[in-house]
Amino acid sequence: MATTALSPTTESYRRSWVLEWLTTVDHKKIGILYIVNSFFFFFAAGILALVVRSELAVPGLQFLDERTYNQAFTMHGTIMIFLFVVPVLSGFSNYIVPLQLGAPDMAFPRINALSFWFLPLGGILIFSGYLFGGAAAEGWTLYTPLSAGTYSKGVGTDLWLVGLLLVGTASILGSINFVATIFKMRAPGMTLFRMPILVWTVLVTQTLILLATPVLAAGMIALFIDRNYGGSFFDPNAGGNPILWQHLFWFFGHPEVYIVILPAMGVVSEILPVFTRRPLFGYRAFVFATVAIGLLSFSVWAHHMFTTGQVYLPFFSFMTALIAVPTGVKFFNWMATLWRGSITFATPMLFALGFLSMFLIGGISGMVLSSPPIDFHLQDTYFVVAHLHYVFFGGSVFGVFAATYYWFPKMFGRRLNEGLGKIHFWLHFIGFNLAFFPMHILGLDGMPRRIADYSPDAGWTMWNLVSTAGAFMIAVSILPFLWNVAATFINGEPVGDDPWEGNTLEWATSSPPPPHNFDRLPPIRSERPVFDLRHRHDAERLAAEEATAHAVVEGGPS
Amino acid sequence: MHAAEGVELTRREAGVPTPLLGMLLFITSEVMFFGGLFAAYFNARAVHVGTWGPPAPAAELEILPIALPITIVLISSSFTMQLAVWAIRRGDQRAMRNWTALTLLLGIAFLAGQLYDYSTLGFGIGDGSFGTVFYTLTGFHGAHVFGGTVGLTILVARASQGQFSARNHVAVEAISFYWHFVDVVWIALFSTLYFLR
Repeated sequence: MATTALSPTTESYRRSWVLEWLTTVDHKKIGILYIVNSFFFFFAAGILALVVRSELAVPGLQFLDERTYNQAFTMHGTIMIFLFVVPVLSGFSNYIVPLQLGAPDMAFPRINALSFWFLPLGGILIFSGYLFGGAAAEGWTLYTPLSAGTYSKGVGTDLWLVGLLLVGTASILGSINFVATIFKMRAPGMTLFRMPILVWTVLVTQTLILLATPVLAAGMIALFIDRNYGGSFFDPNAGGNPILWQHLFWFFGHPEVYIVILPAMGVVSEILPVFTRRPLFGYRAFVFATVAIGLLSFSVWAHHMFTTGQVYLPFFSFMTALIAVPTGVKFFNWMATLWRGSITFATPMLFALGFLSMFLIGGISGMVLSSPPIDFHLQDTYFVVAHLHYVFFGGSVFGVFAATYYWFPKMFGRRLNEGLGKIHFWLHFIGFNLAFFPMHILGLDGMPRRIADYSPDAGWTMWNLVSTAGAFMIAVSILPFLWNVAATFINGEPVGDDPWEGNTLEWATSSPPPPHNFDRLPPIRSERPVFDLRHRHDAERLAAEEATAHAVVEGGPS
Repeated sequence: MHAAEGVELTRREAGVPTPLLGMLLFITSEVMFFGGLFAAYFNARAVHVGTWGPPAPAAELEILPIALPITIVLISSSFTMQLAVWAIRRGDQRAMRNWTALTLLLGIAFLAGQLYDYSTLGFGIGDGSFGTVFYTLTGFHGAHVFGGTVGLTILVARASQGQFSARNHVAVEAISFYWHFVDVVWIALFSTLYFLR
């Protein structure tokens, strides 16, 4: 165990445990609240996924009618994206970014608490449709005119809009907070190009949230006005344009894809160097690639709309393919970091490698879909469902679990059990591929998405059954994870402040850190200040050896 | 061993103050929000068949007697706001409070004028795509003016208690940024609605 931490004395004043968590403005506690809240929604949306997959396991309507089925997949998608993947990554960022910057807290701690508390409220509003005659059932993209008042009469869709406006407001406030924190709260010596890669990816992510989410908010308000006040933004009969919704939704929706993948890339780029004992290859190239992805993300939204006939195909196809270039740069960075490293296969590293392989498949199927002639064939088929799950689940969610196993010892001072972690990883990895790889084949065979039933003659039965089995395997893989978390809280051995021999500043304080994070900081002279601190004597020794060598050479053979 | 090796946690405030940066970022998000609404406006206009304007029985939009005067009122309020900022930079609390109060009154006058205008137009939000975009854009702008008047009220109250000084008045600067932004949105909206026929 390394002892590089500059352990501050931990002291805190006493007050009720419940009141403390309800009123806290400490970024670390808010981060944990984000993560716990997100996992609750993850389990709820996961159960909905099992409902959907059970219905599709064999042809025929098993136990749902079409309407209930539509609500199930709509809620699954909405909750997974807006209340699990985005906020859980914001939660890790909330906990880790101020620590990595050497800051005592976020720039606006009370706004930070506000942006968290909007999330459970928004989530409950979205779910509460089930209590008032049925939840939203138009798919997570809520396309007009299907979501217009004429065709979706219930209040479920209105609750979806209001709940998501709250969640969006929370995201915008959070993004203001992150960007201000990163620009104003860095410790002395922490220049922009010494910031850990996670901080860079969070900076770009939060800038995307800041610029993209308000456009979705405008669209959702317009839809709310159409539904409730007789507006005609999206109603072609009254001079509106239903395609406008798709523009507004995807102008947000495609940057959203990078909002959920960039922080996961940052997590993986923190983990790979630690478990290969090498610096990240090409730090600056990685930073510029991240910024390039952020910029390009605003010029590709209409590739979701190729088949509307209202977008200029060559432009959006070209810009979409162009995103493969910075992403390829990143893969080169990761491969070169792994090359000749002393790799240890701890659980965080397994999930990071899972991310690399699965996200690669998702990226390649994305390139396939960027070609309009192929997209015309595959639009709204299971191929798209497979692609988005390889990106969101194979990418982001593997990153989330990598982050969980990696930073758990920092948050609670105990390390999750490695044996159970590996069981979790392998069940998860195999279950994921069983569930989603067959969807590529189903999509190429023409199976449309968002259907509750299919013909036994279509030839889709076997792969649907395999996919359902995979979905249940993923669910089973969560059990060793939950057992692991519970057992570690009860029996876990304290592992000290820096169990992985990390590189970045969060490992320079105690585990868990005190409320003010740091008493003193190591000098920051590179993007790996804790590595520098651990090896400071090596540097002195090398310098001394070099000086001796020079002395010998200069002395010559006298 | 460690305590001696760490560096002291000294922090200095340089460049834009953090609250002001927060306000600038918030305004950035608001620009994107109004960008979305303006996109909806121009889209409605582009797909519209026939003459663009208020639906049939209602009269054409005219800049007189209301729209132009309230525009002048709102633009003047930006100047009075800036005079308040300059006053507090000199440390003149009294002038700052008075200029802010005048700005607040002009803001309220704008809102009252807008509500009166709504009552005389003769068409509603449900009357075709022009009605929808007209009331949505002017309504959300009005809501932002209202938010600004809440901020100005807080500034006047705090100024009355002598909370601002030449060195400590970042809230005044932040609210003034927001107020100028709301003004600029109105100039864009006014030009779009009344000049781009």
